[in-house]
Amino acid sequence: MDFDWMKIPYSLLTLFIVVNYGMILNAFIQKIGARVGRRHGIPIWQNYADLIKNYSIRSSITHGVMFYLGPVFRLSGGVGLLLFVPTIYGSYMFSNMSFAGDLILALYFVFFGTLGMALGAAESGHPHAAIGITRGLSQVTAAELPFALAVFAVALQYQTLSVTDIVAAQQGSFLNWTLFTNPLAVTAAMLSFLGSMMRPPFDVVLAPQEIPIGPPTEYHSSYLALMQTNRAIFPIAKIVIYMNLFFGGAASWPVFFLKVFCIYMISVLVGVVFPRFRVEQSIRWFLIWAVPVGILAVVLV
Amino acid sequence: MKPELEKRIVRTPDGQEFEVDPLRDYYCEAAPTVMPAAYGKIVEDLFNWARSQSLWILGFGTGCGAIEMRPLMTPRFDAYRYGVQWRPTPRQANLFIISGYLSTKTLKRAIRSYEQMQNPKYVVGLGSCTINGGMYWDSYNTIKCLDQYLPVDLYITGCMPRPEALLQGFEDLKKLIRAGKCEGANKYSENFDWYKANQKQVIHDWDMPDYNW
Ligand code: SF4
Repeated sequence: MDFDWMKIPYSLLTLFIVVNYGMILNAFIQKIGARVGRRHGIPIWQNYADLIKNYSIRSSITHGVMFYLGPVFRLSGGVGLLLFVPTIYGSYMFSNMSFAGDLILALYFVFFGTLGMALGAAESGHPHAAIGITRGLSQVTAAELPFALAVFAVALQYQTLSVTDIVAAQQGSFLNWTLFTNPLAVTAAMLSFLGSMMRPPFDVVLAPQEIPIGPPTEYHSSYLALMQTNRAIFPIAKIVIYMNLFFGGAASWPVFFLKVFCIYMISVLVGVVFPRFRVEQSIRWFLIWAVPVGILAVVLV
Repeated sequence: MKPELEKRIVRTPDGQEFEVDPLRDYYCEAAPTVMPAAYGKIVEDLFNWARSQSLWILGFGTGCGAIEMRPLMTPRFDAYRYGVQWRPTPRQANLFIISGYLSTKTLKRAIRSYEQMQNPKYVVGLGSCTINGGMYWDSYNTIKCLDQYLPVDLYITGCMPRPEALLQGFEDLKKLIRAGKCEGANKYSENFDWYKANQKQVIHDWDMPDYNW
């Protein structure tokens, strides 16, 4: 088999850039949210301090093997998602491990982390974790449905399952973006995007004020730090997919940073304006508003 | 001892029988161990800086002083900009603020929450009630000197202290942490027997293991 070993350090470099960008972006987004509430919010380096602190905690306890694996699964979900889609289009260095059928794999990875988390949190035996998981899984499932439909629509439209080919088809002018060639699919996917970014109005699962913090109730020290690392990677990885599928991909890092920021801002804008939904409300919302748009998109293609 | 904590035989729907001993099965009883700073000076300094910059408070209000923490979360005082955040679960928190008088009933819960927190952990006593009993100095039902039950790193005086005083307290605590002087958890494990004896002196219905985490 012909494997290009140079890809490994390049992928690690991508990962490094994305982790740091994600950490700073998350803090920045939180600052924007705080400014809307007339606060100053956390300092921009706060996430680094939290992360180092959690790694530096001396004691940690475990509830069994799955408890260890939960955060590991979650992290590998985020990293896998990032590594199997081309981060920068047309660049040999940063196209990572993308291959012909990667779209399906990416869909799988989106769900993988949540599932691993569910197993791990269930092992912790904490009732709050169990409730949090039930709520989280039902909401994520409802939110993924329109996204999956949109992805099918896009795959049908371009007749390929390779993310690279889809990006290639959108080059040229921005009028070639899926956003303009297939607005229905993009609408459905963006509605689902709101649901999976863990920001209001769909953040009831992880909100500290709700059934205390949901799934990660029992997680602490390095386990929590792993999950925090994932919190930096996962949104970016997810946005990269959206960017590649719907917004023409990015051909260089500045364009990448800008597009990721803008796509993230969509969920932030919605988040600061609308109050939080309860789980059953948000599921109903997805089924009523997002899924029909997705079905329509598939049918029209 | 409460009946639900006693040893008993449980019968499952399909007829199996097994023994449940809640105190042993649901808690881990091993006493805490001293965990000294394990790395070299430079790494520990970095860690201490991170610990001081990320104080996660356990959201557990005991006396009247808890009311002073709410303005800290809102725009007026906004403690988040100093790296202070509130966590809903003791597993993730590293700062426990005893915000005022502790009745013996609450003390029991406070001890349990404290013991569930992970090793570098700090306790701040807020208000005169935690120092010498304050205006409850002759109450039959509250503890007078928090120091005897939990290792306190810092006291903030006043009845009740203003949020500004709390912010100043956080800054002082940060200085202590950066200097590596906040080893309350290790102090607790070193003098474990003394603390337990004191705790059991005031808590008469002791129905939990000696150490639960
Ligand atoms: S110090 Fe004063 S304000 Fe604080 S708990 Fe005691 S009586 Fe209440």
